[in-house]
Amino acid sequence: MATGTTLSAAISLGAPLGRLAILSAILIVLPLSFPNPFFFDVAVKVGLSAIVCVGLNLLSGYAGQISLGHAGFFALGAYGTALLSIKLGVHGLIAAPVIATVVGLLAHVIARPILKLKGHYLAMATLGLGIIISIVLNREIWLTGGPDGLSVPAMRLGEFKLRAIEFWYWIVAAFLIVAVWLAENLVNSPAGRSLRALHSSEIAAATAGVDVPRAKALVFAFSAVLASIAGAFFVFAERFITPADAGFLRSVEFLTMIVFGGLGSTYGALVGAAILTALPQLVAAFAEYKHVAIGIVLIATMIFMPRGIVPTLADLFGRRVGR
Amino acid sequence: MRNVIIAAVAAVATCASGPAAAQQPIKIGAFLSSTGPISFLGDPEMKTLKLYVDRINKAGGVKGRPLELVAYDDAGDTSQARSFALRLVNQDKVVAIIGGSSTGTTMATIPVFEDNEIPLISLAGAITIVEPVKKWVFKTPATDRTAVLRGFEHMKTNGIAKIGMLNGSDGYGQSGREQALKAAKELGIEIVADEVYAPTDSDMTAQLTRIRNANAQAILNFGIGASPSIIARNVKQLSLNIPLYLSPAIASKTFLDNTGAAAEGVFVPVASLLVADKLPDSAPQKKVALDYKRTYEEAQKEPASYGGGAAYDGLMMLIGAIERTIDKGGKVTPEAIRDEIEKTKEFVGINGIFTMSPKDHLGLDSSAFIIAVVKNGDWHPTN
Repeated sequence: MATGTTLSAAISLGAPLGRLAILSAILIVLPLSFPNPFFFDVAVKVGLSAIVCVGLNLLSGYAGQISLGHAGFFALGAYGTALLSIKLGVHGLIAAPVIATVVGLLAHVIARPILKLKGHYLAMATLGLGIIISIVLNREIWLTGGPDGLSVPAMRLGEFKLRAIEFWYWIVAAFLIVAVWLAENLVNSPAGRSLRALHSSEIAAATAGVDVPRAKALVFAFSAVLASIAGAFFVFAERFITPADAGFLRSVEFLTMIVFGGLGSTYGALVGAAILTALPQLVAAFAEYKHVAIGIVLIATMIFMPRGIVPTLADLFGRRVGR
Repeated sequence: MRNVIIAAVAAVATCASGPAAAQQPIKIGAFLSSTGPISFLGDPEMKTLKLYVDRINKAGGVKGRPLELVAYDDAGDTSQARSFALRLVNQDKVVAIIGGSSTGTTMATIPVFEDNEIPLISLAGAITIVEPVKKWVFKTPATDRTAVLRGFEHMKTNGIAKIGMLNGSDGYGQSGREQALKAAKELGIEIVADEVYAPTDSDMTAQLTRIRNANAQAILNFGIGASPSIIARNVKQLSLNIPLYLSPAIASKTFLDNTGAAAEGVFVPVASLLVADKLPDSAPQKKVALDYKRTYEEAQKEPASYGGGAAYDGLMMLIGAIERTIDKGGKVTPEAIRDEIEKTKEFVGINGIFTMSPKDHLGLDSSAFIIAVVKNGDWHPTN
């Protein structure tokens, strides 16, 4: 065990920066194998799911809180950014952080009172929030375009129209690296340790001096901000959004990704997002059965590898790559 | 860039050998929702495209060149539809695309076709697809606005001035509602109740009671799936003695089977296909519609329906454009096909007679619809 850790440290797999370097290398080399923009499009979708999952994993994997409404935050980020730029003419580069801040504050305001309670109240509240967001997006047609969706003009930077999906791949990849770096730093900080402490026992954590409601509310808000930013990138890159992207099933998909990848493992969240986002896209015949397949994956993961694919595989190889 | 590559490929092919080049297949694409919540439209669309592409190839292709159809099922998911659109354009390298069974899947893909300059013929209803006009986007089914206008005209001739609306909260229902609100103002029809239901609701008596209490003279519904059948049954259960107008989306045998006796007396604006055999011989669409109906029903052993008709129109319009391109001696490029689709003139399809122009990428007016009434368990054209 001890030698294993030293060994992995020696090849710098265990060090956060080493793993970040490997992730960056993969993200840079990967496009060389993409024959056409279709693959860039899939990669962008994977990247955006991964950003949401990195945040959600902090909340669920580390702090042990379940959110059933993260698709709602994703959609708030997407619609908010799109509407600010369409209706008020705010540039996307300004609209995205403004909306992310608003979403973060909203999440914090919602989380503070709820997280004072124990148990699965957060799951219930986020479920409700997600459904409310979905209903508003569906019904307020004058604002959101309703179920038919909202088309968004390409972002302009001076004379240039930023509409090439390849361009957005690089932006999303860069932001994914930033998100992973932030998450890994958080995990290895006192704040991260207090999250893990309250996951195991809230009473023990509180006794040890952790402000439990505050820690939970902050990580909840942080994960909502990541989802919101992913939503903003989604409208920039895809230039179209529908309320289906805010639905309950999307939230369950995000949860399935982190459970499949490995709760409490940032890189597990990436692997889960990559596999579950890319498969239905690349294997077109599989797309029809997506929701059935996601259910089966969730059940099978719980039964056969409750810790998720990355930690399980990491143990198999005798190294703890996942953490 | 793309066009350069295609031109280069075409040039090489032409140089290689004359007769062989003539045999080169023309690759067209499709993305339709043949499974999922709107499979009642997407499934017959997919079957129609495959059936007719087969028939055309067996009969010698388009001016001697075989057609190759690359078709995907997006299951009604907009994000999936966009991926398939990119795939058709970039990987399969088709020259034109038919698809988008729903307004959502069409709207999600429009940026792909506009950016890559590939013509799209959509099979979805909403008017937003072609208004404002987009250079590369066309569509075949009459819009929800056309249906609303036709329904209102029929109401007015029957002395109805106050109506109650009961629409689904889904895209189809809400788009229909918007168009009805606009058209009601233009035609002087008063909307005295504006009710909504969720597509999963199994009983609409509460909403219908409110419509009755508002003294409406007729009920208008835009809905898909089982809901319109439930509404028709609830209307009979409440003994509401006012006419019920439904939308073209339900005009099929399935609706009659699901609704039974409660369907009697229901009014629906329909495409000619549904009442083709009962139309006068002078109606220009009669022959086209009857031909399609016979061909489809022989091959698929199921009744032809609205969606399939839209797909037939789209495919035939596209083939017409390709034929004209070849006749002019031009290369079959997306650009040339687009220009020819826009020049479509008096094309007699199942959904009406189309005349496209740079300002009108639908080319139909409200005469595309016939108001049908259910009598003795079958559809009959009125007046």
